[in-house]
Amino acid sequence: MNFDDTAQEAAFRTEAKAWIAANAPKQYEEELRKSSLGRSGLKGANILEVAKAWQKKKADAGWACLHWPKEYGGRGASPIERVIWQQEEGAFGKLSGLFIIGHGMCGPTMMAYAGEDQKRHYLPPLASGEKVWCQLFSEPAGGSDVAGLRTRAEKHGENWIINGQKIWTSGAHYSDHGILLTRTDPNVPKHKGLTMFFLDMKSPGVEVRPIKQASGQSDFNEVYFTDVKIPDSQRLGEVNDGWNVSLTTLMNERMSIGAGVSTGVPELFEFCSQLMLEDGLAIEDRGVRSRLAHWAVKASGLKYTSMRAISALSKGERPGPENSIGKLVAGSMVQDVAMYALDLQGAAGVLSGPEDAEATGKFQAMLLRAPGTRVEGGTDEIMRNIIAERVLGLPGDIRVDKDVPFNKIPTRGRA
Amino acid sequence: MNFDFSDDQKQLRDQARKFLAEKCPPKAVRTVLDGKEPYDRELWKGLAEMGFLGVAIPEAYGGAGAGHLELCVISEEMGRALAPVPFSSTVYLAAEAILLAGSEAQKQKWLPAIAAGEAIGTLALFEGKGNPSPQGVKLSAVGGSLNGVKKPVPDGAIADFAIVAARTGPGERETDIGLFLVDLKAGGVEAKTLTNLDPSRGQAELTFKNCKAEPLGAAKQDWAILTQVLDRAAVLMAFEQVGGADRALEMGRDYALDRIAFGRPIGSFQAVKHLLADMYVSATLARSNCYYGAWALSTNASELPEAAAAARISATQAFQHCAKNNIQVHGGMGFTWEFDCHMYYRRANATALGLGSLSYWEDQLIDRMRKKNAA
Repeated sequence: MNFDDTAQEAAFRTEAKAWIAANAPKQYEEELRKSSLGRSGLKGANILEVAKAWQKKKADAGWACLHWPKEYGGRGASPIERVIWQQEEGAFGKLSGLFIIGHGMCGPTMMAYAGEDQKRHYLPPLASGEKVWCQLFSEPAGGSDVAGLRTRAEKHGENWIINGQKIWTSGAHYSDHGILLTRTDPNVPKHKGLTMFFLDMKSPGVEVRPIKQASGQSDFNEVYFTDVKIPDSQRLGEVNDGWNVSLTTLMNERMSIGAGVSTGVPELFEFCSQLMLEDGLAIEDRGVRSRLAHWAVKASGLKYTSMRAISALSKGERPGPENSIGKLVAGSMVQDVAMYALDLQGAAGVLSGPEDAEATGKFQAMLLRAPGTRVEGGTDEIMRNIIAERVLGLPGDIRVDKDVPFNKIPTRGRA
Repeated sequence: MNFDFSDDQKQLRDQARKFLAEKCPPKAVRTVLDGKEPYDRELWKGLAEMGFLGVAIPEAYGGAGAGHLELCVISEEMGRALAPVPFSSTVYLAAEAILLAGSEAQKQKWLPAIAAGEAIGTLALFEGKGNPSPQGVKLSAVGGSLNGVKKPVPDGAIADFAIVAARTGPGERETDIGLFLVDLKAGGVEAKTLTNLDPSRGQAELTFKNCKAEPLGAAKQDWAILTQVLDRAAVLMAFEQVGGADRALEMGRDYALDRIAFGRPIGSFQAVKHLLADMYVSATLARSNCYYGAWALSTNASELPEAAAAARISATQAFQHCAKNNIQVHGGMGFTWEFDCHMYYRRANATALGLGSLSYWEDQLIDRMRKKNAA
């Protein structure tokens, strides 16, 4: 048992470290390092521009989308090399947040289902960050139950005409392309009438409206489709086989190992080490220590769970199911941590402006952003179902709408 | 990076699991639980024959000379099987203390006997309520003679020798405490079995009356050594706890698959699925913290104090969580003496206290994290 690199891994790490040291935008390092959940922008700079510039620089030197094949703009690197890169990229990796959906989900779906010409045309600029992609799955009527979506695609000659509404689309307002899941046959059970496409987000009839979130920020959008035309050549997979195509996408979403999840624990530890309470430093208070320890072992448990997965990658094995706990644990923990940090601040905890709030208001921002982390990318409840069913082997839920034609499924509860 | 046990170590784990499945079924645990035997002598003998008791004891002292990673995988299996033997007190506490601080003569005398299953050892630290601290030690050591009362002492009534923490100075400093090695069969000590939460492992009161004792080691050993012994034992005990947590989770999962209510397996109800998913989460977090503890223990890393505390806290929480919710999944049957659930519940709650309770280790963890951050 050890944490050592193999000779090959060490050589790769040295090369990556040297390139990052020579090329990373160091002027933003401190700010990026200190950013926490709900506080992800840069002061005095447009983070989108900084992120795109860094991505382009990486792509030009062969450091973008490491695990992708070279012909599509990647490096053809092994999974463990990708992890080593992420470790070395450190705080600069936070700049990749804008590309996560495109690189992690849209790209792999295109790779699996698009034609060769399309892959060579669309993937390299996606890898280099010149083009940003979004994923258009969720709808007002289909969140956890995404197969319940209602956006219609109807065939007219060689084109499909799209009408409907998507929601919770990250980054739609600055995206160039998107992958879109639609309903092509409402007369069959819900999973059997879906079809996947990719499209140009500048197509006529696409309208993007930002959602003002509960946190007051706008990271997500609603996207409306009114008679949007998509050529059949941009269909991904067979007609009515979109559910299986979407599983490829979602599988990739949950495979992102080594991508650090925000727990709020380092921030809380630092805060408690400095905060003076009536009778001394917070971190010397017995009650505070107990709470801190409770969260610290969860955070270290997550860290070493991820190390175990990385070790499996290093040996060329498929990581076990234990990595599926990351989002579930971190999501509610960061919320609890934020609430506790405010509790320690007493009445002043109510202040959230950077000038007046304790710790420049980072815990207030964390608190307001946290509910989203427990919902996005699979709610806590869906994650528990996944663990129960796929890891523990418990039966799937009874699905009363499984064999019912989609257009016969009730659309509201109380009449 | 290879943050995992080796194939040989995994094979040893499988071997231990198979051995314990055969020699230590729940029925064997119940023999001790019901008070018919103070511990499972046959099993103890078998563990010695398998080389498990001396797995981390060097060959020069009659052990297998393998190492602490090997001991960790065996500990996990001992916890999974609820082995009703004085393994933790003898191997994690007594043997570790001697390995760490014993004199050559003490090592020669006791370590081969431990490995052969001929000597049961323990640590006599506590004197009534409270967590490990120099202030808590009142038993006096004057002129090589001990006077005072220790309780609870794990496996104290069946132990052949004990490492005893005794007061050698008047204050609260670490150096006011000394460690002594006492042959419990040589007279001067009276043992009384105490009723405890988990009768499958005994607890005793030891009364020392002008009891002759030799210091542990050549130089005088103080509280600092005891802290190290507790850290090492914490990692090993954490593996037992993780083994127990995993088994409790499996029992709950299996029952949820088999038990039908309202016309379907209860494991198809989300309320039950989520209960079990949360048990899996805590067991997984604990296992990962334990692996870090194992790494630190086996390499004598400077991170050991922090890693040990994290493993201890995480594994204690996981075992308690899994054991109590295993009963919940079982419903009424889980609350019967007949079902095995309560044996895990008892063991989970007893092991949560033995080396110092959760609040003690939480306190230790924060101190150690602060030290590391300051460094």
